[in-house]
Amino acid sequence: MLSEEELQSNVSVASSPTSNCISKGGGLKVHNYFGLSDSSSVESSTLSGNVEDDKATISLKATELTLGLPGSQSPARETELDEKPFFPLLPTKDEIFSSSQKNIASGNKRGFSDTMYTEKNWMFPEAVATQSVVNKEVTQNIPKGQLGTLNNSSSPPAAKAQIVGWPPVRSYRKNTLATTCKNSDEVDGKPGSAALFVKVSMDGAPYLRKVDLRSYTNYGELSSALEKMFTTFTLGQCGSNGAAGKDMLSETKLKNLLNGKDYVLTYEDKDGDWMLVGDVPWEMFIDVCKKLKIMKGADAIGLAAAPRAMEKSKMRA
Amino acid sequence: MDLRLPSKVLEHILSFVDSNEDRNSVSLVCKSWFETERRTRKRVIVRNCYAVTPAAVARRFPEMKSLTLKGKPHFADYNLVPDGWGGYVWPWIEAMAAKCPSLEELRLKRMVVTDECLEKIAASFKDFKVLVLTSCEGFSTDGLAAIAVACRNLRELELRECIVEDIGGDWLSYFPETLTSLVSLDFSCLDSEVKLSDLERLLSRSPNLKSLKLNRAVSLDALGSLLRLAPQLVELGTGSFSDKLDQEAVAKLSQAFSELKELKSLSGLWDVLPEYIPLLYSVCPGLTSLNLSYATVQMSDLVELITRCSNLQKLWVMDLIEDKGLEVVASSCKELRELRVFPSGAGLDETNVAMTEQGLVYVSEACPNLESVLYFCVQFTNTAMVTIARNRPNLKCFRLCVMEPFAPDHKTQKPLDEGFKAIVERCKDLQRLSVSGLLTDKAFEYIGTHGKKLRMLSIAFAGDSDLMLHHLLSGCESLNKLEIRDCPFGDTALLENAAKLKTMRSLWMSSCCVSFGACKLLSQKMPKLNVEVIDEHPLETRPDSSPVERIYIYRTLAGPRLDMPEFVWTIHKNPEIGVSHLAIK
Repeated sequence: MLSEEELQSNVSVASSPTSNCISKGGGLKVHNYFGLSDSSSVESSTLSGNVEDDKATISLKATELTLGLPGSQSPARETELDEKPFFPLLPTKDEIFSSSQKNIASGNKRGFSDTMYTEKNWMFPEAVATQSVVNKEVTQNIPKGQLGTLNNSSSPPAAKAQIVGWPPVRSYRKNTLATTCKNSDEVDGKPGSAALFVKVSMDGAPYLRKVDLRSYTNYGELSSALEKMFTTFTLGQCGSNGAAGKDMLSETKLKNLLNGKDYVLTYEDKDGDWMLVGDVPWEMFIDVCKKLKIMKGADAIGLAAAPRAMEKSKMRA
Repeated sequence: MDLRLPSKVLEHILSFVDSNEDRNSVSLVCKSWFETERRTRKRVIVRNCYAVTPAAVARRFPEMKSLTLKGKPHFADYNLVPDGWGGYVWPWIEAMAAKCPSLEELRLKRMVVTDECLEKIAASFKDFKVLVLTSCEGFSTDGLAAIAVACRNLRELELRECIVEDIGGDWLSYFPETLTSLVSLDFSCLDSEVKLSDLERLLSRSPNLKSLKLNRAVSLDALGSLLRLAPQLVELGTGSFSDKLDQEAVAKLSQAFSELKELKSLSGLWDVLPEYIPLLYSVCPGLTSLNLSYATVQMSDLVELITRCSNLQKLWVMDLIEDKGLEVVASSCKELRELRVFPSGAGLDETNVAMTEQGLVYVSEACPNLESVLYFCVQFTNTAMVTIARNRPNLKCFRLCVMEPFAPDHKTQKPLDEGFKAIVERCKDLQRLSVSGLLTDKAFEYIGTHGKKLRMLSIAFAGDSDLMLHHLLSGCESLNKLEIRDCPFGDTALLENAAKLKTMRSLWMSSCCVSFGACKLLSQKMPKLNVEVIDEHPLETRPDSSPVERIYIYRTLAGPRLDMPEFVWTIHKNPEIGVSHLAIK
């Protein structure tokens, strides 16, 4: 029989359903049913690389908005240029990861940690998990008739362990019922929201998008997100023009790599004026921004340039 | 003398053959029948998206109008499949866009659908009519806007329990004013509010709308005005049922409900307050389907509703209904065919003794047409199962989830072997079975012996040894899908019955005792199968005897898939790995 310490040391660190596997011969490798509190799954740990990139300090390059096709890497985001085939047959790894990244951001990630944070915890009503492992092992060796008594021990559990995916209830149902409980505690029944959605339109695009400004922490993240959203409206080939971009006039120029047109990201502020994005500190920006618009460079001539924007912000301060 | 049936004649005959099973048989007769069949097949169903390549399907069925695809294995519903495993629909949409531009209908289950995919659908299929997404994820409301704006003849847009990145309710406003063909709209899984005026305008110009399922954000107040615009509804999913309404509003709403003369199916009812249950009385007699599985009201309120539903065929409810409530179901709903009782969550932490096996026994006694059961319960007894089997030999689907793993018969403390034996012995047409509670190898010997029509079997925390798997794989002739978690066996039975796996769609095993070496051996033995090892820890340095976390085995014509993430291993990743001496017991 394995000692308590040995059982503990065999607990795997990742939050995955570990197997209580008792092989009849050979070495025993016993795990338990702990759903561990470590919330990071494989997905988030491999994704941390991308997230770190986005959180880079704002630099000229980082605020530069570029366009490319799904699967291409914009020079602003990576130090090395990654030539990827356009129109990939299958979504590239980046797409796959970024879509799960999206899910993580929106709190909808379905991973192993999901079952740990639902309001109603699905508990294994046995005694301490390690003890339950011991029970199971023991039951292998005793006559069947006595199984019941062991499993139905009336002693209150010292600690409760969670089993991933058990009982087999869909996450959708679990989440919905969890929100039911939350709602009944709230005064007006509407879920509180700290989101700040603004519409984003682009010249030539058939419909608007919306972004939650509070889900980004700097211009770099916003530009990456917009780039991803609006790449489908561009045609032709992707390329790299990091160097060329740096030489352009303003750090907020959105460069359309594909047909050489310049696009500019602008926003409508509280006064109804259209300003160029990127000139004021981020916190101030999300405070005043009502709408975003990706304009053709030619149309943006005459828009508030940096000095006036700074003046405005000084007046507000 | 040419005895062949002219292809025009065969085409005409085949236009009456709807069932794909029959069409598959037709296509096996001879080459010319294969050709004629494939050119005329309109509805294509691929139940495992990795069993065949999109290009092959598109090539074979150029006249395809409707495509149904399923992606992730069933246990993905319970978070047992890590994010990023696969199930991407993009390659399918690309292939169809290129070869089958007359595609009109797409039905997807457990697949990853991105906004790009939805945009591509909108752009590629000029006459697109039907989009039904069940348990899908990966897209946002922007993708819905793309569909809305472009599909001029859209008939059905249904999002069933999808995970959608909801960034605003404007998508609904993108349906053009010229769209009048809508028959079914289901956005019940979305979080944010849609503009009521957009919805009202849409309903006013949709005279053919038969099914409307609102999301929770649609208030009770709004419901009244919506119902008045669509009295022809056959299926209704309400929004939240909990605003405080004044008397006049209540009267108006009651009137609106009574105008729904065609209503057969009712769902939604989130947060329903007991005082509003009477609003539904007028539609109850006509209902054949009632989903109360999100209605957190007590037994007495549920019963008030159910006694009035004498024509009910399908009832979904939570265990708040208790045994007493199920007794009422038994006496009121003689037409009942399908019963699902979900856990309210109160079952494990606090003992909800008011619902036991007795409730299901009542229903099995009194409802002669009962053929499909999903029952979550804290504990069960063998006697109850024997009674149920005796009462209802016509059961086709029996899914019992005893929520406490390894729970024995709570009266006798014996395993539940005898109970399940009765079920498989008496219910000769049983096609789907989920077992739970304390079970020994004997239970699976019974299932193997009697479960001849069994197609899908789900097992958790059961059995003693490899014999269990051996019984199942050698005995269940019709077995198509087998999914197992946390059971103590693996290698020997798997390898001995490898040939069986070719006759099945898929096998899932997680947290069992299947060794890495056995996986390698199986992969080498069976080239027509994809043997996927899904394991978060790297496999290269693993000894052959170490158990793997999950395996997913499925037959395929497509060979290894090209979109495997890091944590999915197949032998194609390391073909040079030999199989060392295995310690197989």
